[in-house]
Amino acid sequence: MEVFAFYAFALIAVVASVLVVGQRNPMYSVMLLITSFGALAGLYVLLDAPFTAVTQIIIYAGAIMVLFLFVVMLLNVPREEPAGLAAAIGPRSLKVGAVLSVLLGVEIVWALSRVGLAWFAQDPAATSVSSVALIGTALFTRHVFAFEATSILILVAMIGAVVVARKER
Amino acid sequence: MVPLNHFLILSAVLFAIGTAGVFLRRNLITMLLSVEIMLNAVNLTFVAVGRYLGTVDGQIIVFFVMTVAAAEAAVGLALVIALFRHRETLNPDAFTALKW
Amino acid sequence: MSFNPQIAAHLGLIFVIFNMLVLSAAFMVWMERKVCAYIQDRKGPNRVGFEGLLQPFADVIKLMFKEQLRPKAADALLFAIAPVVSACAAFAAFSVIPFGTDTTLFGLLDEPIPLQVTDVNVAVLVIFAIASMGVYGIVLAGWSSNSKYSLLGALRSAAQMISYELSYGLALAAVIMLAGSLSLREIVLNQSGAWWGFIPKWYVFLQPVGFFVYMVAGVAETNRAPFDFPEAEQELVAGYHTEYSSMSFALFFLAEYVNMVTVAAVATSLYLGGWLGPILPDWLAWVWFLLKVFLILFFYVWMRWTLPRYRYDQLMEFGWKWLLPIAVLNLLGTAALVLWME
Repeated sequence: MEVFAFYAFALIAVVASVLVVGQRNPMYSVMLLITSFGALAGLYVLLDAPFTAVTQIIIYAGAIMVLFLFVVMLLNVPREEPAGLAAAIGPRSLKVGAVLSVLLGVEIVWALSRVGLAWFAQDPAATSVSSVALIGTALFTRHVFAFEATSILILVAMIGAVVVARKER
Repeated sequence: MVPLNHFLILSAVLFAIGTAGVFLRRNLITMLLSVEIMLNAVNLTFVAVGRYLGTVDGQIIVFFVMTVAAAEAAVGLALVIALFRHRETLNPDAFTALKW
Repeated sequence: MSFNPQIAAHLGLIFVIFNMLVLSAAFMVWMERKVCAYIQDRKGPNRVGFEGLLQPFADVIKLMFKEQLRPKAADALLFAIAPVVSACAAFAAFSVIPFGTDTTLFGLLDEPIPLQVTDVNVAVLVIFAIASMGVYGIVLAGWSSNSKYSLLGALRSAAQMISYELSYGLALAAVIMLAGSLSLREIVLNQSGAWWGFIPKWYVFLQPVGFFVYMVAGVAETNRAPFDFPEAEQELVAGYHTEYSSMSFALFFLAEYVNMVTVAAVATSLYLGGWLGPILPDWLAWVWFLLKVFLILFFYVWMRWTLPRYRYDQLMEFGWKWLLPIAVLNLLGTAALVLWME
């Protein structure tokens, strides 16, 4: 049952990501990426991380993608000119880059499949305490500096985004 | 039971798709979307290995990665808007002012 | 596969909950028109069925017979998906809401099942997540209709929903701090008992400000008056669902009413003690739940037909400059209260 769920979510994530990269309408790209994020959230639930799954939906699919959607609608990005695959792909150096990235993927997959099976520990103690309580405790004790620094980072990003996107007067 | 390296392989595939997307697409918004795909692949790796090691640190790092990704997406999209206002196009090849 | 009574009970429960949601949306249509009528000193629908109770069914049948139009320049796929996304998000959010104690269905089952679809231990966040998914139905509807009224209404509605989500989340966070758990079932169970014998230990007494923030944010989240500028009949034709007809329109309305029911149900679970109540026995506790939910829904309808509508900039200003600071102060106050009570 779990294996079936894993393959289903993995298939949705990969197909949606390929379509995000592959098809030309930017609105559809954003929607497909949301689907991919949903599939990843399902995978997080399979990994005993319900808090991360829900946070993924709230932050990524619910906020960041809405931002992308707003920008796509605001700029009224037209569907890319169907000028053929060659023009859409770009100059030769970029084609080399794309081929290299595919090679990277193939190499990592090959390396990982030779590692041998490493099974997850079936640890009943890990899931007995609510993982949210564990995350909260760790965040506010061991990682409190990073937490506070992130809040300042978000503030800076907010101000920066407003300033950069402002109309020149 | 799904072994760990299934998750790692999936993450590697997603990362490669994201990287290919950044190289292949000539549209600023789609490039930013590909960067988000890459970040998500990394998140998946963190959570999977965190679960394998039995700690909650994987999820904490993912929490921070998500926050930083949100900040980066916001600033990146603001830049895209500003650039679009200048040149009316989203093709990165049109912004060649700093090229030699 | 042999017949497993547990699974059958669960499936039956899901079926019952789904139908109850649809029926409550229909009931809301009737209640809205009746309450509106009495507020406006007239009688409302009273021809179809006793006191007009069959009016919503007549409306649905009429809508089913209308022609399904689509503007030629509309994006076909997104135009078709948008109402589905809205409706799915509305129904999915109800899946974690508990409305009764564990029951064995009068001894038919071996183990008790809780009266909800599923009990996740991050239930409050799940509701928040699915509520933020509801924005997409509206945005897609506005964009794909390829019409200026729709687009404006959709953008305004999306911006409003996102702005008020912050206050919504902060009000939720304050209750989570008090209860010490994210599971709705545990939050309700923490509210059992009474002080001095007759004041029930509901969180609305510990957090009146939080309740106010939650209700206001909930009204804004569901695009209801006085925050219903995106659907303002007088200004925007009909906002984001201008170009929709027949069953797609019905789906949007269903989604809106089910969202209202969900917000009311979450408010009762968090602040009004869920299914807890004095007189009724345990297996009838869901009656209390229904009573409380419909009390809140009555307030919703009452507000719509009494208060004037906020202008859009007033709406956004209120959300960011007033409600958000109040919600943050409420959170700080609750934190102080929790520390003091330790």
